[in-house]
Amino acid sequence: MKGEPGDPSLLLRMTAHCRSECNEESPSSIMEIIIELKRRFPNAVLADGVAFGHPFVQIEAARLREVMQFLKNNQATPFEQLLDVCGVDYLGDALRFECVYHLYSMSQKRRLRVTARIPEDACHIASVIDIWPSADWFEREAFDMFGIRFDGHPKLERLLMWDEFEGHPLRKDYPLNKRQPIPTSKEIL
Amino acid sequence: MGTQFREFETPTMTLNIGPSHPAMHGALRTQVVLDGETIVEAASEIGYLHRCFEKHAEHSTYQQIIPYTDRLNYCSALMNNVGFCRAVEELIGLTLPERAILIRVIICELSRIMDHFVCMGTNLVDVGALTNFWFFFNAREKIYNIVEKISGARLTYAYTRIGGLARDIYPDFVSELKIVLTEIEKAVADVTGLIQNNRIFVDRMVDVGAVSKEQAIAWGFTGPALRATGIDHDLRRAEPYYFYNEFDFDIPVGENGDTYDRIMVRIEEIRQSIRIIHQVIKRLKPGPIMTDEALVAFPPKAEVYGSIEGLMNHFKLVMHGICPPKGQIYSATEAANGELGFYIISDGSMHPYRVKVRPPCFPLFNAFEKMIKGHMVADAVAIIGSLNVIVGELDR
Repeated sequence: MKGEPGDPSLLLRMTAHCRSECNEESPSSIMEIIIELKRRFPNAVLADGVAFGHPFVQIEAARLREVMQFLKNNQATPFEQLLDVCGVDYLGDALRFECVYHLYSMSQKRRLRVTARIPEDACHIASVIDIWPSADWFEREAFDMFGIRFDGHPKLERLLMWDEFEGHPLRKDYPLNKRQPIPTSKEIL
Repeated sequence: MGTQFREFETPTMTLNIGPSHPAMHGALRTQVVLDGETIVEAASEIGYLHRCFEKHAEHSTYQQIIPYTDRLNYCSALMNNVGFCRAVEELIGLTLPERAILIRVIICELSRIMDHFVCMGTNLVDVGALTNFWFFFNAREKIYNIVEKISGARLTYAYTRIGGLARDIYPDFVSELKIVLTEIEKAVADVTGLIQNNRIFVDRMVDVGAVSKEQAIAWGFTGPALRATGIDHDLRRAEPYYFYNEFDFDIPVGENGDTYDRIMVRIEEIRQSIRIIHQVIKRLKPGPIMTDEALVAFPPKAEVYGSIEGLMNHFKLVMHGICPPKGQIYSATEAANGELGFYIISDGSMHPYRVKVRPPCFPLFNAFEKMIKGHMVADAVAIIGSLNVIVGELDR
């Protein structure tokens, strides 16, 4: 019976695979997905290229969701995993904030960085939590640290800082040595 | 429930697990709603150990960030050193001497073993198997001793430098390392014998916190927790770096993605790490451990005191730091717990414009509140231990 002591299948469960094939360098195939992206969404892709071996695309923030849906669900290079979401503050630029998404295609072993810029006075972007559930805390952290609002996130609350915290600490205009009082604990459920 | 049994209904109860509890592996807080002993609702809160690593990094030089990375995953701090330095080196386009890379592989694999020891040791204590903890921590102590001899520290090593290593290994290192490796093998064999077919352990771990392949991918799992579900994804194989494609090693995978598989994958990974270290030792040859690129490496002391160029280079590096070219890089290494990513934006100055750490346990703990629903409180303790959540890198 499964899980019984002495069950031989328990010993066999540690089947160690040895896969020898490696990710051979063929930048063409990742460029294909970018070319396809530009063909499908001609106005959405603002910039693209390869930096340090990693391809990236900058897209129009308003079209984030349809582009992301395509990247996740396309047949050639499906990006099944969203590894990281973070914000960047380019203080002084007209489009001050940038949302950076690091995608990974497990089947093709490919990476793609998707960025979208948003202005300070309309500091919000669509959430991708329903496309990749892993976006949950990453988006909350970006909201916490930069004040970027992710429309459609079911629980967009501060993650690392406390609720009473004023401001967003990773913004470039937040002083490094500013101190704020820490309140007592709260109900979180 | 039929109306005649209404009087037996119990009201649900809210329970705080953590933030300060011996079984919580750090300052984590999960609030659960219990129906009897079964968890019906759960939510987690983090941030208790947030210490503004990313903000500090923006105000530090690249070399000054290396000691901060020790404090991310303090169970395998050397891997964080390597991960960060590798990201900056890629940004600059540095090539490292072979000896520096091979020593980095040794310390990475030793860290992987130490990390797995801590994870499994505490996980097993949480489910009532104390003996294994001592077996693992005894062997871990031996690793600490030799790592202390090469780095000068037992916990916060800051052993790597951008462009190489802080200092070379000592002459007896390899022979001492071989002895330590046999002790690790013995500890692993001892623990495997105690737990693998142990009735209590199997009942406690099998089918607890099981995660399917699809869930693991969707929740952003990497590392042993992902491999336990049966996906043989390992960055050392998928995107080989540091000669990993030239070493012979297997990637252990589980089947059910449950707590039992996560433990067993880690046990097998330790054996594979030992295999890798033995191959590295065979290949290790004398040579430099730092690049001689003057923009990142301090000149030898004889040059600093003996020539004006050496003195100027030294002065420039101390005062103005390392200035990588403008650009953005996401560099990922396979840390003990999964993909450790450093996203660095350089504006060409001595301070990074932005440093984002992608900690492997962040998505794992994010999924914890979904994984424990329907389980009992005691199972939640077993699950959190098997995920190996390290608050230092979770909260940064």
